[in-house]
Amino acid sequence: MDLDFNAEELAFRDQVREFLATALPAEIRDRMHRSDDSHIRDDIQNWQKILHAKGWGAPAWPVEFGGTGWSKTEQYIFETECALADAPAQLAFGVKMVAPVLMRYGSPQQQQYFLPRILAADDWWCQGYSEPGSGSDLASLKMKAERDGGDYVLNGQKVWNTLGQFADWIFCLVRTDSSGKPQRGISFLLIDMKTPGITVRPTRLLDGTFEVNEIWFDNVRVPVANRIGEENAGWTYAKFLLGHERTNIAGIGASKRELARLKQMAAAQPKAGATMLQDPLFATRIAQVEIELRALEITNMRVIFAEAKKHAPGPEASMLKIRGTEIMQRLSELQMEVLGPDALVYRDSSGEIARETSTYLNLRKLSIFGGSNEIQRNIIAQMILGL
Amino acid sequence: MDFSFSDEQQMLLDTTRRFISERYDFEYRNTVRDSADGWSRETWTALGELGLLALNIPEQDGGIGAGAVGTMLVGNAIGEGLLLEPFLSSAVIATQAIVELASTQQRERWLPTLASGELIAVLAHDEISTRENPLQVETRAVRDGDGWSIDGNKSVVYHAPAANLLLVSARIAENEIGLFAIPSDAAGVQLLPCVTVDEQSAAAIVLKDVRVSGDARLGGDAKVALQSALDIGLAALCAEAFGAMQKILNATIEYSRSRVQFGAPIGSFQALQHRMAEMLMHLEQARSMSYLATSQCTDPDPLARRAALSAAMARMGQAARYIGQQAVQLHGGMGMTDELNVSHYFKRLLAFELRFGSTDQHLEIYRLRLQAA
Repeated sequence: MDLDFNAEELAFRDQVREFLATALPAEIRDRMHRSDDSHIRDDIQNWQKILHAKGWGAPAWPVEFGGTGWSKTEQYIFETECALADAPAQLAFGVKMVAPVLMRYGSPQQQQYFLPRILAADDWWCQGYSEPGSGSDLASLKMKAERDGGDYVLNGQKVWNTLGQFADWIFCLVRTDSSGKPQRGISFLLIDMKTPGITVRPTRLLDGTFEVNEIWFDNVRVPVANRIGEENAGWTYAKFLLGHERTNIAGIGASKRELARLKQMAAAQPKAGATMLQDPLFATRIAQVEIELRALEITNMRVIFAEAKKHAPGPEASMLKIRGTEIMQRLSELQMEVLGPDALVYRDSSGEIARETSTYLNLRKLSIFGGSNEIQRNIIAQMILGL
Repeated sequence: MDFSFSDEQQMLLDTTRRFISERYDFEYRNTVRDSADGWSRETWTALGELGLLALNIPEQDGGIGAGAVGTMLVGNAIGEGLLLEPFLSSAVIATQAIVELASTQQRERWLPTLASGELIAVLAHDEISTRENPLQVETRAVRDGDGWSIDGNKSVVYHAPAANLLLVSARIAENEIGLFAIPSDAAGVQLLPCVTVDEQSAAAIVLKDVRVSGDARLGGDAKVALQSALDIGLAALCAEAFGAMQKILNATIEYSRSRVQFGAPIGSFQALQHRMAEMLMHLEQARSMSYLATSQCTDPDPLARRAALSAAMARMGQAARYIGQQAVQLHGGMGMTDELNVSHYFKRLLAFELRFGSTDQHLEIYRLRLQAA
């Protein structure tokens, strides 16, 4: 047993670090460091183009589709180093979500058209899964798709669509049959956002931001050729998508970065003639989260190691999601607490928003989205414990 | 032992609740939030007409003298309604400071207009240096002929942009703090307005050679009165927080009854039932501590008072954090939106944890007393 990376993996890590030090534009790094989303579309796209030029545009794709062919460990190292370096996270909806579905279930025409465009950041993808009545119980979704010649005609509403305001394409789960079990009548469609009848309405969140949308479909015509795989088999593809690409679900790199920032903040914050970092109670709180993170990092590597031996990631991903999001939320609480009453000021006289407070509010989403932590616990109980 | 309220107290609560349900629903409240001032003069005047701004003015001064219990009950209702008006800042804290310190002449000048709402006063006391010791004031007042010249920096004063009168604490000598009434438009006073996380208007205040006459000073050494006003304010803030906790839990229970997933209301799932049971236990512990804060906030023994108030803040801070976070969680994505009231209660409860010292700070105060005993 060896908990450390081997020489080859360390060499790979150094190579990634060197690349990040030279290739990540300073202005993007600075904005990410300040959680400044004002240029988020350009920042994500420009970074994707830089990665693509290096041949690293799709860390988890096989080489035949233009991916790196990296091992799970290398992917993990890459994502961790990117987060530590304040690189923008790749837009998951394209590279990590619809692309694996295309590679596994898409037609050759779909693969040839869409995959290179995802890699080159030509298309911005978003997701149409949840509906007002279908969140945790996704299979109950109702958005109708009725056949009319060579088209489906779509009517309905999607919610919690992230960053769809910038999207060129959306992948949607739609109802093509209501007669049987809910899971049986779902199809998986790729939809051009420019199609007439699509309306995107931003949802104002508690921190004042607009990162999610409602999307309304009013008689939207989608060619049948834009369906993935079989009609009514969309649930299989959706499950494949949800179970895929979870190497980074624990967010170890991002949490390490925020832990380091927390310590810096605490060391700079005066407390009783010393600093908050020297305050026994606060330092104990940091110690608790640091220890939990260290444990999760090792657990994450154990999962990656086990995954390398078999095909798909198992229900262990639920564990990583729950603990990983809890750690990120805890770090955001502590960063806010370091500030004391300064955290009260949400928008100061110059209009600046308090990063730590808004991040704390915003990150409550982590335990809700991507399968709420309650749903993840159900998965653990059923799939791991067999209850 | 008696946990009942008198008829007068119950009437005070009922009147305030009725006013809020009729005149200050969530929609109206958000209109107020989005307005330029961020609070409603109309509502404020109406609160004055109901007598709620005279709660902390003694009867002999023409007020109601409702005491800490009356203030608590009105505070509950204000937290329930997420009011954005300066009740706590002006009608509780600043009024209390004036009642404790002001001369007859000053009382006659300020108390009637405070009661009607024409005058809004705020206590400008907090500074970076008061975070660890509430009486460590670094703003200085020096003699200037018959008057005073005041210099210093005050941080996040709730509702300062709404106030006509600032009650500024300033150090006069090594062991003496004075309280000075300064019109907010006086020369040398600069307000740096901000919006707080719970959507209230506030400001940092810069005082540069602010000259006031001798009669601007309230009483003599203000340390005891300052602590008293802050403690009564703290108890009232606890009451507001309790009102918010109760509402956010009720909203969560309601939502869990109406939200159907997997063919059943999510409130029928045991995992969520246990979560809400836990929230209720936090709520009831918080209610008890709010009662403790209310009954001890005027205790003449400063050590006993400190211990009780810090215990209340430490326990209620935990309750606020747990209930607030779980309410958002159980509402799912809807809990993250600006559209439902849940996120607004959540933010009010967050501000509660930050305004009068954090949960950890109050735990520490309590621990130090325990170790010294």
